[in-house]
Amino acid sequence: MGREDTIVKQVVSKYNNDKTRLMDIITDVQNELGCVSDETIRHIASQLQISSVDVEGVVTFYHFFSKTPRGKYTVYLNSSAVAVMKGRTAVAKAFEEAAGCKFGSTTPDGAIGLYNTSCIGMNDQEPAAIINGVVFTNLTPQKAKELVAGMKAGKHVQEMVTEFGDGANQSELIRSMVKNNIMRKGSVIFAPYELGSALAAALSRKPDDVIEEMKIANLRGRGGAGFPTGMKWDFCRKSEGTKKYVICNADEGEPGTFKDRVILTELPSMLFEGMAIGGYAVGANEGIIYLRAEYLYLKKYLEKVLSDMRAKNLLGKNILGKGFDFDIRIQMGAGAYVCGEESALIESAEGKRGEPRNRPPFPVQKGYLGYPTTVNNVETFCCAVRIMLEGGEWFKKMGTAQSAGTKLLSVSGDCEKPGVYEVEFGITVQTLLEMVGGRTAKAVQIGGPSGNCIGKKDFGRRICYDDLATGGSIIVIGQQRDLFEIVHNFMDFFVEESCGWCVPCRAGNVILKERLEKIMSGKASLKDIDELESWCKIVKAMSRCGLGQTSPNPIYTTIQNFRDIYEAKVAKDVDYVTSFDLLAAVQESCKIAGRIPNVEEH
Amino acid sequence: MSKPVVATASLAGCFGCHMSLLDIDERILKLIELVEFNKSPIDDIKTFTKQCDIGLIEGGCCNSENVENLRLFRKHCKVLIAVGECAIMGGLPAMRNGIPVKECLEEAYLNCPTVDDNIIPNDDELPMILDRVYPCHEIVKIDYFLPGCPPRADLIWEALVALLTGKELNLPYEVVKFD
Repeated sequence: MGREDTIVKQVVSKYNNDKTRLMDIITDVQNELGCVSDETIRHIASQLQISSVDVEGVVTFYHFFSKTPRGKYTVYLNSSAVAVMKGRTAVAKAFEEAAGCKFGSTTPDGAIGLYNTSCIGMNDQEPAAIINGVVFTNLTPQKAKELVAGMKAGKHVQEMVTEFGDGANQSELIRSMVKNNIMRKGSVIFAPYELGSALAAALSRKPDDVIEEMKIANLRGRGGAGFPTGMKWDFCRKSEGTKKYVICNADEGEPGTFKDRVILTELPSMLFEGMAIGGYAVGANEGIIYLRAEYLYLKKYLEKVLSDMRAKNLLGKNILGKGFDFDIRIQMGAGAYVCGEESALIESAEGKRGEPRNRPPFPVQKGYLGYPTTVNNVETFCCAVRIMLEGGEWFKKMGTAQSAGTKLLSVSGDCEKPGVYEVEFGITVQTLLEMVGGRTAKAVQIGGPSGNCIGKKDFGRRICYDDLATGGSIIVIGQQRDLFEIVHNFMDFFVEESCGWCVPCRAGNVILKERLEKIMSGKASLKDIDELESWCKIVKAMSRCGLGQTSPNPIYTTIQNFRDIYEAKVAKDVDYVTSFDLLAAVQESCKIAGRIPNVEEH
Repeated sequence: MSKPVVATASLAGCFGCHMSLLDIDERILKLIELVEFNKSPIDDIKTFTKQCDIGLIEGGCCNSENVENLRLFRKHCKVLIAVGECAIMGGLPAMRNGIPVKECLEEAYLNCPTVDDNIIPNDDELPMILDRVYPCHEIVKIDYFLPGCPPRADLIWEALVALLTGKELNLPYEVVKFD
């Protein structure tokens, strides 16, 4: 029996031959073997008695799984728009020169692999990279060279972290250079709180009363969609099921958002307490936190917080002597933006490709493993804690009529003070810009790429569900930026992150990107702008889940708010311009056939 | 008054759209009454002999000859219509677009089990292969698109009659629905 076979058997038995734990199985196997080859895939499939295709489908779906080795040291350099603003291109070049291989490949000796990755939740300290799970922020070409020198010298990655961030980032179990950058504290999330007090308050009331309190508070989902939390919990409570689940969506993947990372670092027990309150309200005894792979560096720390809470009887059996059992396990993701969509997240937690489900049934009816499941954002659970302590009426007094309470905003880009801001809902963009030192902004991207790109004329608008909705991502775009480059970066992201299940999203995003490129090349007419806008509407209307329904927004909202930059690129006196170049198109095939291109007759 | 003139061509297509045109059955007699054909496989006229009113293009562009032909059609036709999936989106031939040209040529001319002349054709008389298969609208302006693989005979017929007579297009759902 080979080493590979032995390792697969050990890992699979560690997870009790449970195929719904395939994500963990693949992660562990890859950690041991460096990659998950076709051979390994067959071993895993036969151990779990599922088809190889099922395993391969999962391995190839996630960015951080690979069928080929990606080096003893694997550098994942963030390619998000803000990383580019902050000098990513020069850093990438320095990595390539020092390592001796291009991004997307591994050095011939298998020592160092360089790969791009989508936003890693460090937008306030870019350029940043993850190397073997360890985060390196504020990179410069010089630092990149030093890191490669360290790798070549065989240093352990953690040894190369020379300074630590603030707060719990310095703690023994994190030891990370990541900074929290909490720039403004509000009264819901970043206010003092006593561990266990909210849970005690909840357990002394009936579950229905807890739900009622959320309804009074008018608490809405903080992930961005804004679904009323009380209603979601109520549906879940009323659904038939022998078991129920509470899932925390910590798959913070929208480029530009990082506020959940700060909660996970500074207030994990508040989050877990919120999950327990949710569990009590809906009638669940099991909770899962789905943690994005980029935040792997927090896992040990979170495990410790969970065990501390168990020791204090805030989790586990008969919590606080009130007869309520609840425990939480951490489910790691493996790099897939679409898993932030709740039904895709559930699929992923069940060990499958993270493809969204058809609804109905909704997760509150049939969720994780078919049981009624409530999926809520990290920040939402923390709001629930505060509501249990202060009451729904108190909470509702803050914010606007439709958007109660405070909101954490992750602010990055061209501003003096990037970081996390807790503000009341209803704040105007202008006020926020003054707060963050970004008053000279040309544009602001509200809600990440899937949100809205607005210009100066809209800076008086309010950040709340009834006006400019956001899950927290605010990217300030300065006067010096080329909006096309940013929009193009966002479209690259969506092309990469589409799960591929439905055609309008899989093909549509590619079409959108190509047509955008046509306009960017200047070989276009006014009609191309109208057609691009029509394609946006098609993709938005026809796609199956939120990804494709919002992925045209970078183009769509910039055409609406910055039409002049599009018009400046195109010819106005003709109704058709081609970008086709025959000589360029035949170049390659002629070279292969050994003939000289002749396009004069054409 | 002289009759409107129609020209047709199959570029990187399979002639299926032309077959579908023939599927208008006995209405072809009426079509002959309505129009005159110029350059087209239907009457085997090889070169344009006059300006045309309507050009029907089947297939996209996979080589330099397709491009030349398409540009000739644009030059000679007042209205140019992309007929069928290949003309509109590249269709089946565009399946090669995800594969490097080198691999395609090597598979076709060097590595395929049924070839014994190990040479990639390089005669100057041959059309040059494009880097990918292009839909027609990326190369010239296309006025109308008739979808389908092939578009149904009724769709082609209705579209032509509407264009020729100026009547409104009658398109029942079944004629443009494909799944």
